[in-house]
Amino acid sequence: MTTTFLEHVRSRLALHELRDGQGHPLLILHGLGERSPSAAPEVVQGWRGPIFALDFTGHGASSVPVGGGYTCEALMSDADAVLAELGPVTLLGYGLGGYVGLLLFGSRPTEIKGLVIEDGPGLDGGGGRPTSPRLLHVSASDLDGSTPDPWAMAELASDIRPPSYAADHVRQIEALSELELAVSVTSLGRPEWLTAILESPVVVESDATAALSTFASL
Amino acid sequence: MSNEIDFIRSSLPQAQRPDRSRRVDVGGIEVSVVEWGDETSQPLLLAHGGFDFAGTWDLFAPLLAEQGFRVVAWDQRGHGDSDMADLYTWEADMRDAARVIESLGTSKPIPVLGHSKGGGMMNQLAEVLPHRVSAVINLDGIPNERGFTNQVDRSDVNALAAELSGWLDHRRKAGQMSRRADTIEGLAERRKLMNPRLSTEWLKYLVTVGARCDDDGWRWKIDPTLRFGPSGAWRPEWAIPRLRGLHVPYLGVIGTVKEEMGWGTTPEEAFPILPEGAEFHALADTGHFVHIERPDYVAEITNDFLGRVL
Repeated sequence: MTTTFLEHVRSRLALHELRDGQGHPLLILHGLGERSPSAAPEVVQGWRGPIFALDFTGHGASSVPVGGGYTCEALMSDADAVLAELGPVTLLGYGLGGYVGLLLFGSRPTEIKGLVIEDGPGLDGGGGRPTSPRLLHVSASDLDGSTPDPWAMAELASDIRPPSYAADHVRQIEALSELELAVSVTSLGRPEWLTAILESPVVVESDATAALSTFASL
Repeated sequence: MSNEIDFIRSSLPQAQRPDRSRRVDVGGIEVSVVEWGDETSQPLLLAHGGFDFAGTWDLFAPLLAEQGFRVVAWDQRGHGDSDMADLYTWEADMRDAARVIESLGTSKPIPVLGHSKGGGMMNQLAEVLPHRVSAVINLDGIPNERGFTNQVDRSDVNALAAELSGWLDHRRKAGQMSRRADTIEGLAERRKLMNPRLSTEWLKYLVTVGARCDDDGWRWKIDPTLRFGPSGAWRPEWAIPRLRGLHVPYLGVIGTVKEEMGWGTTPEEAFPILPEGAEFHALADTGHFVHIERPDYVAEITNDFLGRVL
């Protein structure tokens, strides 16, 4: 595994190349509080292209921002920094990484060659509709600069993910990506945002290996 | 201070810089807190709007200080003289507001006033810290079901594509960006595009407090990584079902002339969603910046209201 660092806005992002290969890259996006795997997971063993994994801001070997302020959109922009570096990729997202992958796909519909959404921490966030607001608190003693950043854990487990917002993104994919199969849902988890995108003809429930095989040929 | 700044500020003698300033640690970064009036008086917290800064209260705050309030305002993170943050969210701004209240050294509830985004924040503060808020004054920050005035039609694929990719394109460059340098007049003219009803005199005054003079010219202090316009899933209208549940004296003031920076809420939309017993004023021939266009009148109704409810 080799690691390069991308300077992005005010973050230093760790991008790990898990395996070299021929073809377009696969980018793995980890779940909330996780970090990139140190080796290519079993599910991607059939992937022939290079395999990369990104540590989101505040996670793994990436830098830790001061004072919190996490959003899934900021993490989406972390992943977009990888697009700027690697060009078009196929995405494999776990939990939070699956939602972030959807946002990125909807925002860069011509630069993503398929997305697989797997179970993982942070799949639900704070649910699909606004609830009573509250002030989040993190103990100062827990903020020692190590990862995962406690602010990431608190803020990205409570952000609201409206089904209509996810649906807006998948509509962009339908209209602009030119893929007949764009998103493969392999998770058992079914938060409201995920149920909403399953109504789209370009989103299917399928086996991850089969979906990755399809996306590899794009 | 240069003669030019002196000259510009002297053209608005009613505007007053704060009497005191200090910095408050909000969890590793510091925000700038300023105050007008007697330090031992009743505190009144002011929350500015998005892309504004505490100096935008220089016309309004002194009028309330004259009425006997200790008027406290802060620059939101990344705005004015506060530190720039790595990341920004509404929720982080809410936490900063709570830290500023803690810094006042009183556990008694205090009245809070906010303009635009700051008004929305103070609505939420009264819900999350009801024991710290004795009254809410909301200046043109009352939501409506239609969302932001300038939001893109999300069913328009091309318009939404431009917004989504535009935000990411901005982020790709943001780490190397700085605000564009210009003359005082140039910055005032650019701000007038977003604040068309405000006088050039006032906008030039704002440059002298909200911008800094570098070797190559003046540039706004606001963090260049911040970008105007809505991003993310959060919508102001989420607050609508919760407003009536605020059991706190409430004064709502809106301008009736629609503006780019405003929320476009009409009196017919605003009044029915306010807490029971709320006082409400819809100001004719007044835009989004009610406290800048009509500082004396808005200070008067604020002072009258607080005199009755505190």
